[in-house]
Amino acid sequence: MNIHIKNGRLIDPKNRIDTHQDVYIANRRIVAIGKAPQDFIAEQLIDASGLIVMPGLVDVAARLREPGYEYRATLESEMNAAVAGGVTSLACPPDTDPPLDEPGLVEMLKRRARVLNQARVFPIGALTYGLKGLELTEMIELTDAGCKAFSQADEPLTDTRVLMRAMQYAATFGYRVWLRPQDSFLARNGVAHDGEVATRLGLPPIPVVAETIALTTALQLARETGVMLHICRISSAAGVELLRAAKREGLQVTCDVSMNHVHLTEMDIGFFDANCHLMPPLRSQRDRAGLLAGLLDGTIDAICSNHSPVDDDAKQLPFADAEAGATGLELLLPLVLKWAEQESVPLLDALARITISPAQLLGQQMGHLSVGAHADICIFDPQTNWRVAPAALKSQGKNTPFNGYEMQGRVRYTLLDGQMVYESQS
Amino acid sequence: MNNPQLNKHGELQHLLSTEGLPVRIMRDILDRASTFLDEANGGEFKKVPLLHGKSVFNVFFENSTRTRTTFEIAAKKLSADVVNLNIGSSSTSKGETLLDTVDNLCAMHADMFVVRHSSSGAAHLIARHVAPDIHVINAGDGRHAHPTQALLDMYTIRHYKKEFHNLRVAIVGDILHSRVARSQIHALTTLGVPEVRVIAPKTLLPSHVEKLGVQVYHDMTQGLRDVDVVMTLRLQNERMQGALLPSAQEFFKYYGLTQERLALARPDAIVMHPGPMNRGVEIDSSVADGPQAVILPQVTFGVAVRMAVMSTLAGNTP
Repeated sequence: MNIHIKNGRLIDPKNRIDTHQDVYIANRRIVAIGKAPQDFIAEQLIDASGLIVMPGLVDVAARLREPGYEYRATLESEMNAAVAGGVTSLACPPDTDPPLDEPGLVEMLKRRARVLNQARVFPIGALTYGLKGLELTEMIELTDAGCKAFSQADEPLTDTRVLMRAMQYAATFGYRVWLRPQDSFLARNGVAHDGEVATRLGLPPIPVVAETIALTTALQLARETGVMLHICRISSAAGVELLRAAKREGLQVTCDVSMNHVHLTEMDIGFFDANCHLMPPLRSQRDRAGLLAGLLDGTIDAICSNHSPVDDDAKQLPFADAEAGATGLELLLPLVLKWAEQESVPLLDALARITISPAQLLGQQMGHLSVGAHADICIFDPQTNWRVAPAALKSQGKNTPFNGYEMQGRVRYTLLDGQMVYESQS
Repeated sequence: MNNPQLNKHGELQHLLSTEGLPVRIMRDILDRASTFLDEANGGEFKKVPLLHGKSVFNVFFENSTRTRTTFEIAAKKLSADVVNLNIGSSSTSKGETLLDTVDNLCAMHADMFVVRHSSSGAAHLIARHVAPDIHVINAGDGRHAHPTQALLDMYTIRHYKKEFHNLRVAIVGDILHSRVARSQIHALTTLGVPEVRVIAPKTLLPSHVEKLGVQVYHDMTQGLRDVDVVMTLRLQNERMQGALLPSAQEFFKYYGLTQERLALARPDAIVMHPGPMNRGVEIDSSVADGPQAVILPQVTFGVAVRMAVMSTLAGNTP
C-alpha cells in the first residue's frame, strides 16, 4: 500500500534529521522523504500535523514470557503492548522456560511472532545450556535460527573459565555476548540496593560491588578474547565509570540502561512497594546521577524498557518474596521523552537511544528512516498528557512503579513494514 | 509519602513500625500502659472490657512463644476473643498465599490482626490490603521491625530512668538481622535519646546503619563506657554458617556482656534483652541474673504495652 505521512515533524536520529517533511511509503519501504516520487498515488493519507514521525522504537530487553510463562503474558498480549508503545523491534532475553538454548525453540518463537506480524522479534540465545553456566550452546545453529546475541539473562555464570571460553567461541564467529554484570555470591538472596533504604527496611541487600566485580571480570575477559561485549542494565555510578574507562581505552564494549533506573532510585521503594522490586535493584540518587551522566556522554548507548511482565499473584507478596520485574513496553517512549525534557537533551539525541543505537547493538539495518529502509515508523503526539493506569495497559503485566504517573507523549500510529499495526482510539 | 500507620485524623490505625510513629502517640501508649499495671497489687494486670466483643487473630507465619503468649494475655485482659494461628505449619505450606490467608480470616470477622512473618514488609502488605476498619499490629516482620518490643523496651527504660533526654544507650550484637534493633533505634531517637550506640563487628552491621542516627562502635570497652542502658540482642546460631562469625565462643569473648564489661557502664546502668537469651553467647549468666538485669520486668511490661497498643487501635476508627 502506498502511504503518505503528511505535515509531521520528522525526527531521524541516524540521519540527523529534525525537520517538517512528508514521508512516502510504497512496497513496505520508505521511497521518498520531502517530495513525492513521480507518479506516487497515496492510497492512505496520514495527517501528522502536530505529531512527531520517528523510526519505530527498538527495545533491547523485552520479555515476552513465551515459551513457558504464558500465564504471565503471551506473545499476543505483549506484541500488542509493543506496538501500542511504538516499539517495532525488540530483543527478548533467553530466560524463557525452557530457555532459548535450542534452535527449534528460537525458530518457533520467530514463527509465532511473524504470524502475529506486529513487531520484529530478535531472540537473544542462551550462552550456556539451560542457562546453567556449564556447557556452551550451539551458537552457530542458534544464529542460523535467528539469534542476534548470546546471554545468560539474569542467571549467574560463576565459572570464569566457562565464561572465557564462551567469549572465545563467540569471538571466533563474530557473535555478540550480552551480560548483566552481577556477582551471584554477593547478590545472593538480595532484593534491594545495599543502601539507606535496605538498611531501614531490613531488606536483604545487593551491594554495588556485586556489579563492579562482575563487570571488571567481564571487561578483562573481553580484553583477552576480543569478543564484542554488551553490558545489560548497568545500575551503578561505579559501573558507568568502569565502562567509560573501557570505552576510552578502545575496548569493543557497549551498554544499556533500563528506563526504570533512569527515573527511579531506592527511595521509590517507599514502604515496601513491590512494584519497585526490580533486577538490578534501584540504586541510590548518586548512582542515578552517574547513569544520567553516562547517558549524556555516550558511555551508555541505549535505553531499554526491561519489560518483564509479572502476574499479580507473584507481586502481591512481601517485598522480598515478590518477583522482580515490571511491565514497560508502553512506557518506554514517554519515559525517554521525560528524561530528555528533564535533562535538556535534544530530541534527536534522546530518540537515538531507542532507535539507531539499539539497532546497532543488534547488528541490524533498522532504526532509521532512510530512503529504501523498511517502513517501521512510530508517530506520536508530543503534547498528549495521560496518566498511567494499569487496567488501560495492553500488556498482561499490570505492575509498574510508574502506576499513576503523569506522562507526556502518546503513540498515535505504529507502522511495521509499511503496514498500520496500531492506531490509537483517541 | 502517606504514613501508612495513621488514619486521616493522624491517629494510629495500624502499628507497623516505630519509624515515623509520632512522639505523641508513642508517649500516649506508654502512659496508657501504666494504667493497666496495678502497681499497688504487685504489678497485676487489670482486666478491662475495652475490646469486649472484638476478635483478635494472632497470625504467626513464623514461630514464637513469648511474643504470641504476651499478645494473647494482653487481648484476654482486654476481654477480646482471641484466636491463635500458627500458619507456619498450615496454609502457606499448602500453597495458599499470604493475602488469601488474610482474606479468609477477614471473612471470619477479625477485628485485629497480630502478625509475625519472616519477610520484611509483610505487615505493611496486609495493612494495605485489609478493609479500613481492621487494625494490623506488626509482631515482627523479617529484619524490618518489631514495634511492640521496642515500645515495651521504652516503657522499661522510662520505668527505671524516668527520662529519655539525658541517656546514653548501647545496643549490642547482631544489628544486621535484628528487627528489634531497628525498632529500638527509631523509638529511642524519636523519644529524644541524645546518644544511641551500636556495638558489633562489621559483619553484623547493616551498611548504612549510621544513617539511622546512631554512633557505631566495634569495641565493647569503648562502646559501653558510661552508658545508662545496655540492650543486648539474640545471636542466632545460623550466623556462623553465613561466614558472618567464626564461632559463638569468639563472639562471646569479644562481644559477650560480662560483669567486667558491664562495669564500664554507669553504675546504675540497666541491662535488657528481648529474649530468648543465649547464655554464654551474647550475655553471661551472672549478668542475666544479676541486679542490673531488668529482663523479666521487660516481659511483664510487654503485656501492659500490648494492652495499650490494642486498646489504642480499637478506639480509633478509620
